[in-house]
Amino acid sequence: MSHESATQHRSTPLLIATSAFIFIWLIVAAFPFFWTMWGSFKIQADFFSKSDWSNAVTGVNTTARYGHAFTGVAYEGAWVQQDFWRAAVNSLIVTVSVVVISLTFGTLGGYALARSTARYAFALLIVALIFRAMPHITLVSGYLLPFFKLNIWGYLPTAIIVLVAINQPFTLWMLRSFFMNVPRELDESALVDGCTRGQAFCYVIMPVMWPGVITTGLFSFLLAYNDFAVTATILNQHNQTMVPKIASFLGTTQTEGNVMFAVASVVSATAPLFVLVLVFQRNIVSGLTAGAVKG
Amino acid sequence: MPHRTFWLFIAPSGIAMLLFIALPIVSVIVQSLHIENEKVLIVSESCGPFGCKETTRVDEEASAALNAERPLGRFNGIGTYTNRNHLAFEEVSAAWSGRSSFADFVDGVMNLPFYKALVFTLTYTFVSTPFVLALGFTLALAVNSLHRWLKGVVIFATLLPFIITPLIGSLVLFWMIDADGIIGKTLQFIFDNPELSLKASPALTWITIITYGIWHSTPFAFIVFYAGLQTVPGETLESAMIDGASRWERTRYVVIPYLAPLVVFVCLIHLMDAFRVFEPIVGFNASANATSLSWIIYNDLSQEVQLFGSAGATSVLTIIGVMILLAPVVWLTWRDYRSA
Repeated sequence: MSHESATQHRSTPLLIATSAFIFIWLIVAAFPFFWTMWGSFKIQADFFSKSDWSNAVTGVNTTARYGHAFTGVAYEGAWVQQDFWRAAVNSLIVTVSVVVISLTFGTLGGYALARSTARYAFALLIVALIFRAMPHITLVSGYLLPFFKLNIWGYLPTAIIVLVAINQPFTLWMLRSFFMNVPRELDESALVDGCTRGQAFCYVIMPVMWPGVITTGLFSFLLAYNDFAVTATILNQHNQTMVPKIASFLGTTQTEGNVMFAVASVVSATAPLFVLVLVFQRNIVSGLTAGAVKG
Repeated sequence: MPHRTFWLFIAPSGIAMLLFIALPIVSVIVQSLHIENEKVLIVSESCGPFGCKETTRVDEEASAALNAERPLGRFNGIGTYTNRNHLAFEEVSAAWSGRSSFADFVDGVMNLPFYKALVFTLTYTFVSTPFVLALGFTLALAVNSLHRWLKGVVIFATLLPFIITPLIGSLVLFWMIDADGIIGKTLQFIFDNPELSLKASPALTWITIITYGIWHSTPFAFIVFYAGLQTVPGETLESAMIDGASRWERTRYVVIPYLAPLVVFVCLIHLMDAFRVFEPIVGFNASANATSLSWIIYNDLSQEVQLFGSAGATSVLTIIGVMILLAPVVWLTWRDYRSA
């Protein structure tokens, strides 16, 4: 920020207040994750210590039982004994499919919405906005009976297509705002040169749209990966993805004292999100602001 | 763009939304007008030496056959909407006429599941919104003054609560505030009360979940405001400085008006997301003290015998709530479009 440094001189109290505020926020935002990650390598008697919370840091009981302050017992329990690997595979299938299909449908639709000046195009956008606001669980209660009847309840493809549809309103809005930034003249010159609309879209517009597509893809990924309402109610036990699987641990293992399985699987499911933010921080920031700053 | 081309391009997306968003809404409405089939009962008389006794039992086979034949159940009209678990007109008017004070009436209404969930959902939505806006804005101002390297680190950390799976985020916090967890233990120490538990009282549970909501949503407001700050024209700020405006005045009269449209955007998105609050109630295991509209629908659907009629009625009422919430925004957008 050039004008910041040029025109603003900060007073010391303000500087201290700002630094303190940011420092506290950093702890509030990030510490819970590091704490849980650290604790996932302990046993329950340490992470949920009845006597002293510092046991979770030093791992006294873990050392006493396994001879070392860190143990992968919880991970083994979750991934091997409780078949968390299967949920991870299901999550992978669901998220990859949702992202690919959402983007295919979304780029076509978003392009049409960005280029059409007709009133029905705007009406469609408003309808999409209303659909975007629907709580997902209200839609789920409408799916179940028809899905039972059609005998498609419980399978991964069903969850995938449902998530794609739920994702569409948001994808359309976001991709439309990216397409609006691609000058119309580009399409028009392609059309003049004898391309059809489809060819102009594939060979002229899409090549300059990749940043927008990647950003939108990230958010489609997050929606599919983070979903609980749809996956918990539409998938059967065998096809569960990670999030409903973790929820099912809570019901069964908390009573058996195996809450550490849930802690380990929570950390496992968080890891990909960490990597995602590390790699794509810039895209996420630009995506969050695409709809807002550019109008 | 020619009409035909437009519809060809929009078709895949449009059909997906039609089949899996528009039709389910119709399906929910139809379901909400029906109620589960009655069990088929068999009354049999068994006579013994001491006289005859009538026993009633459920004919499982006939009940299953009836369910297969009419999966929707019986037509019930708006009966489900008015029963005790939903709008509960009778109970509300009874609470009103039998009230000894207004607080007593409120207590009576808060015992009804639908109103309990509605009040929590609205409280969560409207209490968290100002905090999210204020905190996000302050954070954006603070981060904007940082060195470039530090900015990256702070933005990374800030994005974590936002992109985390809501269920996982609430579990992580839930384990920390557990009576045996680090925050729970610290609070017991501070208040010198070994019995203190954030899960015990409704008030504390509400505060915990709303705090989670602020933690989860503030990063979004932050990012939007932060990006907005980058576009505030430097010349305007400079001329304000030359005119002798203090830092506070520059923020108040230049920056805030400039960011005002973004406030509307953040509010809109946050209201939509807050209104469907659901995962934290599962994650914090809070359903005894706090329920939301989404949670009671989920609860109806996860019973042994799924209550489609009841879930449908709550869903329709929730959708009406969303419509009311969105009406001003939709109306304004449409008006702008017409005049543009």
